[in-house]
Amino acid sequence: MVNTGDTAWILTSAALVLLMTPGLALFYGGMVRAKSVLNMMMMSFGALALISVLWVLYGYSIAFGDSVGGAGLFGSPFEYFGLAGLMEDATSEEGGLPAMAFVGFQAVFAIITVALISGAIADRAKFGAWMVFAGIWATIVYFPVAHWVFAFDGDDVVGGWIANDLLALDFAGGTAVHINAGAAGLALAFVLGKRRGFGREAMRPHNLPLVMIGAGLLWFGWFGFNAGSALAANNTAAVAWVNTLVATGAATLGWLLVEKIRDGHSTSLGAASGVVAGLVAITPACNAVSPVGAILIGVIAGALCALAVGLKYALGYDDSLDVVGVHLVGGLWGTIAIGFLASAESPAGVDGLFYGGGVDQLWRQVVGAVAVMLFSFVVTWIIGTVIQKTMGFRITEEDEITGIDNVLHAESGYDLASLGSSGSTAPLAGQARATSTDSLARNTERTMA
Amino acid sequence: MKLVTAIVKPFKLDDVKNALELIGIAGLTVSEVQGFGRQRGHTEVYRGAEYQVDFVPKVRIEVVVSELDAARVVDAVVEAASTGQIGDGKVWVTTIDEIVRVRTGERGEDAV
Repeated sequence: MVNTGDTAWILTSAALVLLMTPGLALFYGGMVRAKSVLNMMMMSFGALALISVLWVLYGYSIAFGDSVGGAGLFGSPFEYFGLAGLMEDATSEEGGLPAMAFVGFQAVFAIITVALISGAIADRAKFGAWMVFAGIWATIVYFPVAHWVFAFDGDDVVGGWIANDLLALDFAGGTAVHINAGAAGLALAFVLGKRRGFGREAMRPHNLPLVMIGAGLLWFGWFGFNAGSALAANNTAAVAWVNTLVATGAATLGWLLVEKIRDGHSTSLGAASGVVAGLVAITPACNAVSPVGAILIGVIAGALCALAVGLKYALGYDDSLDVVGVHLVGGLWGTIAIGFLASAESPAGVDGLFYGGGVDQLWRQVVGAVAVMLFSFVVTWIIGTVIQKTMGFRITEEDEITGIDNVLHAESGYDLASLGSSGSTAPLAGQARATSTDSLARNTERTMA
Repeated sequence: MKLVTAIVKPFKLDDVKNALELIGIAGLTVSEVQGFGRQRGHTEVYRGAEYQVDFVPKVRIEVVVSELDAARVVDAVVEAASTGQIGDGKVWVTTIDEIVRVRTGERGEDAV
């Protein structure tokens, strides 16, 4: 029999998490220059479109099917291909979630993880190459890593090695989502290289209010991400909810404080970034620490990430929107912090080093975090390099300077000039696409006639 | 016939307009412009990265006047726009060869 309360909460949480990806599109879109806002947002919407389909076709099956060979590495894509056999209500007498509720909830995690990577390659990636990358990356990096971390052993079903053998704690995806996306972002930043003028020209955010709205939507959706990961409407969900609130507040304070001391001003971009840093860091830990532990994780995450975003200038890689500085560093900190700050009074029931649990949990956290980071970095670098050498990943220098929105999508984000911007339109939609001088001449004739 | 052009701080626009109305000037044109002089630009910080913004926003005011009024107009603008701080702007006067009022076709001094 379906537990209606749990099912209602998980379906609601899934919708909340889905909203995070459009929220991310705003967060990222506001941070780039006006000439590339649409392409930035399109990379998130492209992930929404593509990963939805791949997840239903075979993604869920790779992530949550029975482990191939019992090795804990990945499920077979054919076990639940097209979600075959999952439409019936298979819940037991005691109650439970419909399989489809879990399928939907996990689908939106896959989507946002892919979308997160796009921040590292702002302004300069071919949209088609991004979509090819997104499909391959989800297939051979995200779906297997989700299996490692989120697939627990069941009756007659073998799950992933991090969740069941290593026993590292990762409640909602510090490893599978954030370390994974952060390491992938770093690899792609290396593959694509720096933007023209990186470090010399001003590349300031063109619309900080969009960034603030985006951060707000991410925070809102993240309650579904973390509290929904309880997979029930219960005490664990409530603890995760409160920890998600307070860690994020503390991280924002931490980021703003570093800015005030170092730069002299607390900025709105700093507040929005602090929100995300705190959310990232508490994601793996939100069921394993006390609310005071959550405050510590948050404030340190905010300060640490505020310092880490400067690394790209020191080390010379163009991680344009700080996927590494926020998601990789925040994800590593949150995952490893469980080893120090986990409290047995929390729903996870494990003591970390500071609570007298010794280093037992700490080493498991470190191994899990490092394994995901290395796997993601290496495989992403290979996928990116192959795409770069075959179809080409990066747009030309001229197109980059003209602006990627205009060149790739034939659109511009804003029509701000009230004079002289109206131009003339082709009477048929197809002609607007034609760029040959021949068709331009035809259009001109028509307009004049 | 003279064209008086003034570049002033944006928040001084109302003061300048009122001062010109007081001495009987019947029309002017304003536009938002950017530039730099001795004030230079300013610095902005995003995620710890400093950006030098070279151009400062200013307002350009243009007034067409008869030869006799030019000096009075310049004095009024300078007095109204002054704060004594760096970046107050500049005022200059140029000679106009011809003016036409579009509605009536009047030319020269009659069109001022």
